[in-house]
Amino acid sequence: MRAGLCLPPSARCEKLCITVFLSEAMAVRETLFEKIWNAHLVAQPAGRSPILYIDLHLVHEVTSPQAFDGLRAAGRPVRQPARTVATVDHNIPTEPRGTPITDLIAAKQIAALQSNCKEFGIRLFDMDSPEQGIVHVIGPELGLTQPGMTIVCGDSHTSTHGAFGALAFGIGTSEVEHVLATQCLAQQRPKTMKIDVRGRLADGVTAKDLALGIIGQIGTDGATGHVIEYAGPAVRALSMEGRMTLCNMSIEAGARAGMVAPDETTVAYVKGRKFAPQDADWEKAVSYWRSLPTDDGAAYDKVVEIDGAQLCPFVTWGTNPGMVAPVTGRVPEVKGLGDSDRRATELALQYMDLEPGIRIEDIGIDRVFIGSCTNSRIEDLRAAARVAKGHHVSSKVRAMVVPGSQTVKRAAEQEGLHRIFQDAGFEWRESGCSMCLGMNPDILQPGERCASTSNRNFEGRQGRGGRTHLVSPMMAAAAAIAGHFTDIRNWKFR
Amino acid sequence: MKPFTVHRGRVAPLDRVNVDTDQIIPKQFLKRIERTGFGQFLFYDWRFGADGKKNADFVLDEPRYEGASILVAGKNFGCGSSREHAVWALADFGFRAVISFSFADIFANNSTKNGFLTVQLSESQVVELLQRAQGIDDYQLTIDLETCEVRDDQGFRAKFPIDEFVRHCLLNGLDDIGLTLQHEAKIAAYEAQHPAPAVLKISRP
Repeated sequence: MRAGLCLPPSARCEKLCITVFLSEAMAVRETLFEKIWNAHLVAQPAGRSPILYIDLHLVHEVTSPQAFDGLRAAGRPVRQPARTVATVDHNIPTEPRGTPITDLIAAKQIAALQSNCKEFGIRLFDMDSPEQGIVHVIGPELGLTQPGMTIVCGDSHTSTHGAFGALAFGIGTSEVEHVLATQCLAQQRPKTMKIDVRGRLADGVTAKDLALGIIGQIGTDGATGHVIEYAGPAVRALSMEGRMTLCNMSIEAGARAGMVAPDETTVAYVKGRKFAPQDADWEKAVSYWRSLPTDDGAAYDKVVEIDGAQLCPFVTWGTNPGMVAPVTGRVPEVKGLGDSDRRATELALQYMDLEPGIRIEDIGIDRVFIGSCTNSRIEDLRAAARVAKGHHVSSKVRAMVVPGSQTVKRAAEQEGLHRIFQDAGFEWRESGCSMCLGMNPDILQPGERCASTSNRNFEGRQGRGGRTHLVSPMMAAAAAIAGHFTDIRNWKFR
Repeated sequence: MKPFTVHRGRVAPLDRVNVDTDQIIPKQFLKRIERTGFGQFLFYDWRFGADGKKNADFVLDEPRYEGASILVAGKNFGCGSSREHAVWALADFGFRAVISFSFADIFANNSTKNGFLTVQLSESQVVELLQRAQGIDDYQLTIDLETCEVRDDQGFRAKFPIDEFVRHCLLNGLDDIGLTLQHEAKIAAYEAQHPAPAVLKISRP
């Protein structure tokens, strides 16, 4: 039995939990998730959801204004400004900084965040900050995101931070207000799911393809109610950027969070970053991090096995991330499907303006977006630039590259990646969420078809009537050049 | 928060699966800084054409479903983004509850903070309710949170599961933050053992 904490809520009382915990402490075998969850339990009131302490709260302009209003109305302060960090990312234009924001409602929302941060004493990486960027890009690159933490943000892609072996999940605005006021959340304990990825990913097959392959297999609600732990040799072999891409997409499988146990790759990434622990604190932190990986023999509520070696580059064809096919495959036929699947497939194909059964490689595109919290980090840009080098974007395609942060942008420019992109005909823009969700001026026009490195292909996500196909950065760059989807494994690198 | 005890109302069927929050409230309406006024934008891209004119054939705008306060929909309702605006839009439009056979986690969580009920029934029960809402004029359901039961006047009766504490909060309209702050001493004790990193402290302006 895994401590008293797996008792149903009705059977829980604090005394019982402590007793069971102490008597069985030596025998307990815990998963990564359980170790972090248990270490952050502040209170377990009988008959109520456990109260979890939150180490880091990331805030952005879209889901926070109503939360700050709630604090003001109740006369409550922000309990821990030093555990709260804000940036602007969703709304901001990717035109050169200093260009006035023409969307007055967006400007008002940004101004609200600025004044709220000032009023409540919160650190803000603002429009003009050299460290501004997508909240899920800057957390890790500033060393704010660390193994063993609980991290929340009013954004579903907070699951990204789980790549470090943190428990990180998205919340709504009421919970944003709750965390601002209490630094805690009342949470029902999620279930655990292990996704064990055996083998190694082949050349040209990336973390994005792994994520799409998993969602294609388990479905967009395959992990609902669960926290996923990604494990196995194919996951161990991923860089931190790759792990972030994988954990980022956990929410697209319905998961509460995704996690990868910290290892040497994690420690090497965090070391020396601006807000990472230093000196004696560093040694202490690393020794704690090394205790976090799941104990041998610990049990999960659900286990899924994936053969990583069998995966290939994927392209989504429909209107959710589970509607996915190998680049060498075809859009599905609808005949032979059950009623519910058939209707969903027909609606998706109608929206996407695709005929059943056509080859994925025969789908032509109008736009390419390389960016988003899924795929806008330096490694993503390097991969895309390697494909673009010496080629030119198809004359019928408009392609843009939006770095995830100012730090990524500077690093890419130091390496000359921007020149490669610009010489190949890609637009090189300022950092932000951009066309992943099209809250700023970067949107698709009705009917336009886009190869996108983002995370959602929902109807209208990138602009009303726009048609989104999710792919990896390499596949997006190759599609920009070819004018249609093409198998990156056959690419002529120059 | 408005308590939810027993609600009876007209039922609108939305026979689609994986209804995501981008459909419930498209992103162009997320820039408002208030909690109110989102109802007019509910399902905007389905309800309105690109020219801003209403699509006559969208189910919620059929006269027979006017004033509906209970929505019945296919699985995985509310998937996608964490935007609580989706719940605000449904509630502001006049809905008090959604019935489906599965919900996305964050959407379900957000609902409970707004006195809005997500009712989980079995697939066959949801299919039955979709058919009744489509086939019976002014089809009404009663959702009883006291007994955790959904029933109609035609003999449908089903129990639904709900976390006991969530139910307690909904029945009494309790403010979550106040409940958590009842544990002030324990939070303070935890914080004394786990101080915020000094490197993140900034001086107040």
